[in-house]
Amino acid sequence: MTTEFPVSVPLSAIIAAHGNDAANLLQMLHDVQDSCRGIPSHAIDELARLLGVPRTRVESVSTFYHFFRPGRRAAYEFLFSDNIVDRHLGKQEIKRYLCERLWVEPGKLSEDGLVFVDDTSDIGLGDQGPAALVNGFALPALEKSRVDLIVELVRGQRPLDQWPGMLFEVADNIRRADALLASPFTPGAALAASAAHGADALLSEIERSNLRGRGGAGYTTATKWASCRRARGGAHYVVCNADEGEPGTFKDRVLLASRADLVFEGMTLCARVIGAREGFLYLRGEYRHLLAPLAQVLERRRSQGLLGQRIFGIEGFDFDIHIHRGAGAYICGEESALIESLEGKPGKPRNRPPFPDTRGYRDQPTVVNNVETFACAALVASRGGKWFAELGTPQSAGTKLLSVSGDCKRPGIYEYPYGVSVRQVLADCGAIDPLAVQISGPSGTCVSWKEFDRRIAFEDLPTAGAFMVFSRHRDMFEVARNFTHFFANESCGFCTPCRVGTSLLRNTMDKLAAGKGSAYDMQEMRRIMHILRTMSHCGLGHTAANPVVQTMEQFPDAYERHLRVLDFEPAFDLDAALQAARLITGREDAWAHIQE
Amino acid sequence: MLDGRPIPFEDGQTIMDAALAAGTYIPHLCHHPGYRPQGSCKLCTVDIGGRRGAACTNRAFENAGVKSETEELNADRHSLVQMLFVEGNHFCPSCEKSGNCPLQAVAYHLGMRDPHFPHFFPAHDVDASHADVLLDRNRCILCELCVRASRDADGKDVFAIGGRGIRARLIINASSGRLADTALAVADHAVDVCPTGALLPKRRGFATPIGRRVFDLKPISMVTPGPETEHD
Repeated sequence: MTTEFPVSVPLSAIIAAHGNDAANLLQMLHDVQDSCRGIPSHAIDELARLLGVPRTRVESVSTFYHFFRPGRRAAYEFLFSDNIVDRHLGKQEIKRYLCERLWVEPGKLSEDGLVFVDDTSDIGLGDQGPAALVNGFALPALEKSRVDLIVELVRGQRPLDQWPGMLFEVADNIRRADALLASPFTPGAALAASAAHGADALLSEIERSNLRGRGGAGYTTATKWASCRRARGGAHYVVCNADEGEPGTFKDRVLLASRADLVFEGMTLCARVIGAREGFLYLRGEYRHLLAPLAQVLERRRSQGLLGQRIFGIEGFDFDIHIHRGAGAYICGEESALIESLEGKPGKPRNRPPFPDTRGYRDQPTVVNNVETFACAALVASRGGKWFAELGTPQSAGTKLLSVSGDCKRPGIYEYPYGVSVRQVLADCGAIDPLAVQISGPSGTCVSWKEFDRRIAFEDLPTAGAFMVFSRHRDMFEVARNFTHFFANESCGFCTPCRVGTSLLRNTMDKLAAGKGSAYDMQEMRRIMHILRTMSHCGLGHTAANPVVQTMEQFPDAYERHLRVLDFEPAFDLDAALQAARLITGREDAWAHIQE
Repeated sequence: MLDGRPIPFEDGQTIMDAALAAGTYIPHLCHHPGYRPQGSCKLCTVDIGGRRGAACTNRAFENAGVKSETEELNADRHSLVQMLFVEGNHFCPSCEKSGNCPLQAVAYHLGMRDPHFPHFFPAHDVDASHADVLLDRNRCILCELCVRASRDADGKDVFAIGGRGIRARLIINASSGRLADTALAVADHAVDVCPTGALLPKRRGFATPIGRRVFDLKPISMVTPGPETEHD
């Protein structure tokens, strides 16, 4: 198998397919990578030349995103989801098994260029892990017999489209449906219900519903839409944030797989309110398997007159939606980083204000909402704001989808009216001897068994949806350590505190894990946490220390087990450092070692 | 109001601009008058009515109660400078920039005596390909001043940041990735504006002896901002 690139890449065609617009650079790089198994250096030169941008513009994008990698890629690239929940489900063992059977080392391209196996951040399949991506497509529920089958397919060099479909079957696992998931929905119903009354009435209905953003921050949807509507600009845009990167979250995956019409309809309603003609679904790279089905839904909606020119026959109501593929970057879930990425740049958060509602995509007024928020908006439009506002609690109207994973008998999607207690969810999912629940992922809240009566609601435990259950035999220190690795991998590197602080925190946790920790290191971590929380540029840095802070408070024993001495222990091992000198001089006698 | 002292400002001016214009120093590295504010080094973080924000990117406003010279803020800035020192490879005694170096001078200003955090000892490339300019990535703090200067002042777009997180690095606008293959000239603003010894003109060694350099004579808080730090 050759590791050379084909001489010519169909660049002109790729660029033309994306409107000769450098804002579509990520999409172009995806196409380059798909067409020639990698991003050759000469393709970067050519892309820059044809687009009329500096080469560094292309290179900065191609080196920022996890799923773009310079050079020739393996014919089969396996990336294992490395969330702690996947690890608890046996990810390390199944990855080792795959590597052994294929005779490859993790992180190293096999000599024949055929296989590459490595890790990636959570891919959104916590309810059916351990899971991996092969050339971007999800492989859920990996166990030995499936790996045996995969190994045969790889050895036979069978192309992916000839692999048995069962390997790629992603289950929805909807365990509890409430107002959103249980309501029957006919495409166009929400548009029909609101068509007669106009945009003002639609906005009032959203306002009446008290709908708040489902991405975690809980900003009032009607306020955001109204502010964007008021903002002046050459064009207005609707953006759906489907960059569901928070480890342990997968509810948007299910909504997009099974309720895509609700989401697209919510976006279309928003377009009506703010006067947008163009919308984007920012689909995280990990959800590649949803790309074709979603494109089909959009095509059908166009043919039904629910997208395109004169929607519902309303003069001037023109709107269409494009899907923008992400490329592996948790930071793009932050709305201003997401917009940067939509514009074909590295996903680095902007300085705010201004906020996207006045200056977003292409510096124009833009509404960015979560997938679930748009679905709820469609529900409000078809069933009424008053009906919606009566669900849940006074401050948290409606229902919430929870992505339940970890130590429980029935992982999957649970929809509850806001206000449900953690204890109730644990009972319903069949939690096994629960010790703690990580609510809303690593950046959220770790709730110990003492607090299981707390409630899922903006006024108590706000959440983007993750609900990871840890039983009493899990080591909460290891949970936190996994999360510090996640943040260090996902920091965009823009600001000093987060770029350096997340790595320092990870290194200190690794030092503790290696049995070299002391009370001094605990103090040091508190110092780093303070810098992260108070000096960072965006939410990633502000929350990156949460898992360590919270587990240190709630499970001090988990840390103390790892402390060797109580005052100070150097990370540097003098004796180990002499190993190179011993090898050179061929000495292994007692005098060649430092005695403790 | 900055630290209880009234500071005049014009509409649209940032807290940093207003403070510098009034002759009040707020520690900073990625900011330079005349270039678009960046807000990435975070050294200029101030307290704006109970909320923290970068002075270089937040606008000044009427009756803003801004605090900068507080013990807590300076302690946190001190930690940030230490972070910059350990993530790179900075050896002041052997660096030609020593004494003219804002990074070093800010560190002195904040009372930094040691790097405190464990060093990362990253492996970085030195690009000596250019006839007149040396690029030593070991000393780069990713402030993007050269990126902005080359793009906005020199009109050349020689630099950008590639990679992500702790692996972010300065990249060069050439297929070879080498400075020699760009239009960079030693007289470019991009070279002059570097606040560390990452970009240095070649063949200018110790023309001004150590001890008589810019920050040897005056601390950084007393050096008039505006013109780029003079080279010998």
